Amino acid sequence: MSTVTIPTVDEEIWRYSRIGELDLERFRPGQVTTTIDGPADSIKKVVSRTTSVVPRTSSDLFEDLNAKNAALTAICVAKGQTITQPIIITHSLNESGVVAYPRLVIDAQENSEITIVERFISGDDIASLVVPVVDVRAAQSARVTYVAINELGAATWQIGYQQAVGQRDSMMKLFSVALGGDYARVRAEVRLEGQGANSQQVALYFAGSTQMHDFRTLQDHAAPRTRSDLLFKGAVKDTAKSVYTGLIRIRENATKSEAFQTNRNLTLSNGAWAESVPNLEIETNDVKCSHASTVGPIDDEQRFYLESRGIKPEIAERLVVLGFFGEVLDRLPAVPFIADLRERVSVKLLGAS
Amino acid sequence: MTTLVIKNLAVSVGGTQILNDVSLTINSGEVHAVMGPNGAGKSTLSAALMGKPGYTVTSGSVTLDGVDVLALPTWQRATAGLHLIMQYPTEIPGVMLQEAMSAALDARNQDSRQLKQLIETEAKRIGFDPELVTRSVNVDFSGGEKKRSETLQLSVLQPKIAILDELDSGLDIDALRDCAQRVEDATREINLGVLVITHYSRLFEQLKPDFVHILTNGRIVKSAGPELADELEVTGYAAYTNV
Repeated sequence: MSTVTIPTVDEEIWRYSRIGELDLERFRPGQVTTTIDGPADSIKKVVSRTTSVVPRTSSDLFEDLNAKNAALTAICVAKGQTITQPIIITHSLNESGVVAYPRLVIDAQENSEITIVERFISGDDIASLVVPVVDVRAAQSARVTYVAINELGAATWQIGYQQAVGQRDSMMKLFSVALGGDYARVRAEVRLEGQGANSQQVALYFAGSTQMHDFRTLQDHAAPRTRSDLLFKGAVKDTAKSVYTGLIRIRENATKSEAFQTNRNLTLSNGAWAESVPNLEIETNDVKCSHASTVGPIDDEQRFYLESRGIKPEIAERLVVLGFFGEVLDRLPAVPFIADLRERVSVKLLGAS
Repeated sequence: MTTLVIKNLAVSVGGTQILNDVSLTINSGEVHAVMGPNGAGKSTLSAALMGKPGYTVTSGSVTLDGVDVLALPTWQRATAGLHLIMQYPTEIPGVMLQEAMSAALDARNQDSRQLKQLIETEAKRIGFDPELVTRSVNVDFSGGEKKRSETLQLSVLQPKIAILDELDSGLDIDALRDCAQRVEDATREINLGVLVITHYSRLFEQLKPDFVHILTNGRIVKSAGPELADELEVTGYAAYTNV
């Protein structure tokens, strides 16, 4: 490991990050414990430890390290196959001082359908690094729902990658929920390669104490009549931080495409900090695009309105924050480990971190 | 029997003195109208009574049955029995009216198990679409729906004294009639005391004032019976603005 060069915050994609604090030599190679739950017949049908999917060309150190060291879980849904019940993959990091490289490949073949939930968990005393990569491949008319849930402990780092590629008329719904981790980063990239391909990216993140959540998104339109819709909403409290940077790229051939990007952030304490940087790169005219980004505290008027009804300040704040996240909570699919998310956000709001 | 006593109240906003010397006493069951031209300080009076941030009381006192209202945070002013119907009710995305009312009853240690039924009954009475109860508070509500919702909340929370800040702005005549009538009914049914702040007298057809006060330049310059409103309708505020 001594030969690798860690990126720095001078690189745009690492700007605002905590990469400067990372000392890879502190970590020895380790593993996550991976369990897979769901209907036994479905798991038998689709899960394997081998895959023919070739990783994309990467220029990123951590992606490369993952490609070299990956502990692979492959999901392959055959042409025309529909798996109705979600499959739950849980990666548990159980020792300190290690770096682990789980890799998940979701290969949804033509006109197939699947829902995958991928959870990352660790105890609060686990000072380790997890570098997960998920590759989503949606072939023509395939329908993939993927939910990533970060429930990592307060000392665990995550540097993650989501790479999703959609072919003709495919539909990819990609969700991220982040409540855990010390520094937890996800680079979530969607590439719409086939005409009429469709993607949704939705995230809820909430950092407290000294946590930092870091999201870098890309909506890359590389075919005509493609549509992408992104909604990321986050909150920071105490001295927590969050970063969102997002790029919509519409390539020259991607005419009649539509792309939407919304990132909204609530700063719940004076010491909390959030950054939001939206970007557009549009190479053709005949498209529909919009982006919106906000960072700010709870609206005083909303707080006053509720308090004027006799609602206690802390309850009013909780109502407003849960209301803020409501739009995201409403869009999350009804899968295990999501049902109690509203409650978990509520507890985190009242709790110490 | 409840009494709200406002004594020599002076209020500044952003360093500018808006109210100079306002004194009013409102008893249960009474309707007091405070009328005045634009900029007289009408909305400042309602905001200061409810403790809205940015409104600084520079002198004077407000008591509700002897309790120092100005020493209480906003939410406790409400649980003590004050209720503000806002001129421009705030939109709160993702928070349902039913949820807000449930939290409001919790703060009063009141049972909220009958809330759904109560809201339905009151919604029907005020002509408010019960479907809207499960939508975000005031979001995409029409002007009339907003004021019906405000009035519905008043009837659910049953305050002792209601402050109506320009109830008659931004809504159609039917909604105004329904809302004004509902408040008038409450003066009899729950002995509600009312401070109605308004520019115009059109809501007095349903909600009958017992006292009319003219507020100009931050002062009450005249107080009389309901006949004063009729006079204002004819002569306007011109005679009072240079007092």
